[in-house]
Amino acid sequence: MMNNVSETLYPKSWKKPPFIKRSWLRWSIIIGSILYLIAALLSMDINIQRVLEGLPRGQRFIESFFPPNFSDNRGVVWEGILESIWMAIISTVVGVALSIPIGLGAARNLAPLWVYMTCRFIIAGSRTFPEIILAIFAVKLFGFGPFAGFIALSLGTIGFFAKLLAEDIENSSPAQAEAVKATGANWFQWINYAIQPQVMPRMIGLSVYRLDINFRESAVVGIVGGGGIGATLNTAFSRYEFDTAAAILLIIIAIVMVLEYASSHLRKWVQ
Amino acid sequence: MVVLKKQDELVWKKRTTREQWINWFYWLIGISIVLFAWKIISDKTVWFFVQDAPRQAADIGSRMIPPKWSYSFELIEPVWDTINIATLGTVIAMIIAVPVAFCAARNTTPHSTVRIVALFIIVSSRSVNSLIWALMLVYILGPGVLAGTVAIGLRSIGFCAKLIYESIEEIDANQVEAVKATGASNLQQMIYGIIPQVLPTIAGVGIYRWDINIRESTILGLVGAGGIGLQLNGSINTLAWTQVSTILLVILATVFVSEWVSAKVRGAII
Repeated sequence: MMNNVSETLYPKSWKKPPFIKRSWLRWSIIIGSILYLIAALLSMDINIQRVLEGLPRGQRFIESFFPPNFSDNRGVVWEGILESIWMAIISTVVGVALSIPIGLGAARNLAPLWVYMTCRFIIAGSRTFPEIILAIFAVKLFGFGPFAGFIALSLGTIGFFAKLLAEDIENSSPAQAEAVKATGANWFQWINYAIQPQVMPRMIGLSVYRLDINFRESAVVGIVGGGGIGATLNTAFSRYEFDTAAAILLIIIAIVMVLEYASSHLRKWVQ
Repeated sequence: MVVLKKQDELVWKKRTTREQWINWFYWLIGISIVLFAWKIISDKTVWFFVQDAPRQAADIGSRMIPPKWSYSFELIEPVWDTINIATLGTVIAMIIAVPVAFCAARNTTPHSTVRIVALFIIVSSRSVNSLIWALMLVYILGPGVLAGTVAIGLRSIGFCAKLIYESIEEIDANQVEAVKATGASNLQQMIYGIIPQVLPTIAGVGIYRWDINIRESTILGLVGAGGIGLQLNGSINTLAWTQVSTILLVILATVFVSEWVSAKVRGAII
């Protein structure tokens, strides 16, 4: 009798609960993904021979990266890096400046419906296309050079920044907004004293983060003719100067690390 | 916030005079940097082309309409390739990112040197854009979908591992201790104490990155790494603008669908 009770109260084995509770859903996801993986791998058309041929070539390729050559093209590389930095700064500033009205318009608690829809449409358009596609068109329109890259990065910044700004405004506390409104503030005063202080810390952090992204992206818009270090990198690749390319990549990594460190510190300090 | 006394009248100000001057000074520095940056960029710009841009835009725009709808059937295969690049790339990235994340998290790393190596992997994967990875991999693996997949995979490791290791560092230590108190080994603590806490994050990060990767894989074709970018590049180079607009619309549709899917799945998980 006693034995029986203890057995019912304390089961001897325990199974981990499954991650997805509904079993039919779990199994259909598992089977579906296996079928998909098979189909995808079959359609990938991997040419094993080409890969095997490529491996020793890849080894030579990687060996030719070492040692990174910082000295031979120092002037060009330095110029490219500086151009990228200026491009990143100006496109972040312009992008953020353009994002503020769009972000305000895309916040449902501030804007009427038609403004909201227009601004959301602009944001969605800018977010969909990667900076490279924007850069291709900017190069077609404005000619080669950093100006095209600047336009592409600014447009890319709008999609990122305006969306987060709008979401932050929508999440801001309505009580403070109402309090300022109750003092008889006009629209601009209302935005300036009720909304801005609430969203400012996060926005400063995000603009530093976006500066970091824009610098990284400026390394690729050059591939399609948008100026900056990407142009230098692309030239180094096409001239088979892989040691210079390695040096450029290392410089990019170093700058990104510094920026990331700085931005995380700044964000902590601001918040 | 200060209240100043001005001719027996109290005036409310946001800042003291000193703070106001310091504030202006920072603005001065900031604006000078921006103007200097603008000067550098504008010196390298051929303004004639920029003035010409509205006319060019109108011209290209008129050539893009109407989109060549019949071309969209030829795009089914590239779109399938693009989705495969993104999906398989994300799978590769997640397989590598999870162990890297466990090595990089302060509370689960086996050794501090391992942690530094893991952090270096994360940073270098994040700093190099997927297009540059693809550029290098096309040299090694040859042009095609494989190079694109590996490029997306390598690029995503850093992103996924960073978000995962941050969430591992934020886990509730009490649960792990409770599992430890039952006499569990290190591995068992990992499986029953840590992984259940971070599993939603891992799944969420994977889906989120997949969504980003769909967008990124649309451009890898520019350097020959497969996907719809190949058609885009070809159409732009041959000035087939009606095809370009079709491709852009197809990319738009794909991205919208992927965003919807990822929002749905993330909603179901979290």
